[in-house]
Amino acid sequence: MSTHRRVWYPYASPFDPCPPITAKTYSTPPNLFLGFQPPNLEQFTPMQALRTGTLWKVFYDPWYSPYEAPRDGDHI
Amino acid sequence: MWLYEKKLQYPVKVSTCNPMLAKFLVEQYGGADGELAAALRYLNQRYTIPDKVIGLLTDIGTEEFAHLEMIATMIYKLTKDATPEQMKQAGLDAHYANHDSALFYHNAAGVPWTASYIAAKGDPIADLYEDIAAEEKARATYQWIINMSDDPDLNDGLRYLREREIIHSQRFREAVEILKDEQGKKRIF
Amino acid sequence: MKQLPQEFYATMEQLQAVDFVLVELTLYLDTHPDDYEAINQFNQFAKERKRLKKVIESTYGPLQQYGNSYSGYPWNWNDGPWPWQL
Ligand SMILES: [Fe+2]
Repeated sequence: MSTHRRVWYPYASPFDPCPPITAKTYSTPPNLFLGFQPPNLEQFTPMQALRTGTLWKVFYDPWYSPYEAPRDGDHI
Repeated sequence: MWLYEKKLQYPVKVSTCNPMLAKFLVEQYGGADGELAAALRYLNQRYTIPDKVIGLLTDIGTEEFAHLEMIATMIYKLTKDATPEQMKQAGLDAHYANHDSALFYHNAAGVPWTASYIAAKGDPIADLYEDIAAEEKARATYQWIINMSDDPDLNDGLRYLREREIIHSQRFREAVEILKDEQGKKRIF
Repeated sequence: MKQLPQEFYATMEQLQAVDFVLVELTLYLDTHPDDYEAINQFNQFAKERKRLKKVIESTYGPLQQYGNSYSGYPWNWNDGPWPWQL
């Protein structure tokens, strides 16, 4: 799992009607940590950049549905 | 003025005829944190923001229109040739009764778009923080839609759009830093 | 409506990739106006997009109008397929 996810553990009552989800995650994307972007960061090739949605590798933080199987080339 | 280019920003693909996904996706078309709201928010704010960040608001606002066209393409493809019966099964019966398969600026619950979705306080910091929040909300909305979609091609396009929100948020955060800088002080790397 | 040759899609994706780099560099330069190397890269890609625009327009027709592309005869701006139909 990406380092840009955080996890928390909601309280589960014995009287909750749905089966408890014991761990919940949320996204903390790279823009929260980088500050003002320094020059000359490593880039993707133009085609990879288009596919990922960012020219600079440092920002790449894709989101997948838990129900979809990753395909070849999904993770660059 | 603006110039249209006969080209999508990203090669949008949809693998299944699935009007149900269109029902969710319209949130990013005419919803509070959708692409229309984003484009209009930034392009409206730029008239009363310090000169240093006008270019950024103009360019991100313009890119949001490209995203709006991508969302429209996805909805168009997901509903094109769907029969009234399929629309009904997808929960689009109310939409169909009013619009057939025409696109309309409303959210996933059918609430029409309203200007009160976009803020313009005239205070540069308040407005840029609003923009950062809007980008994070749009990013989250893409996550929830991806979680509900099992169409891998569609999810490719949605992942791209979500990543763009990360970049936009980054640039707005930098814009805040630029406005925090003392006047005339030069930024050194 | 005309069907486009398979190569068209590949060339269009090349243009989309080059234009994407230009969008990214534009937003970056909006907040980093003094980055000399990024401006060099921007100008290189701007040149490459001019070349690709010509290649695409030879099969697809004008990408822009209001005079930002030349017209064929008859007026071919309205010829489909449009981007969302492709
Ligand atoms: Fe955005």
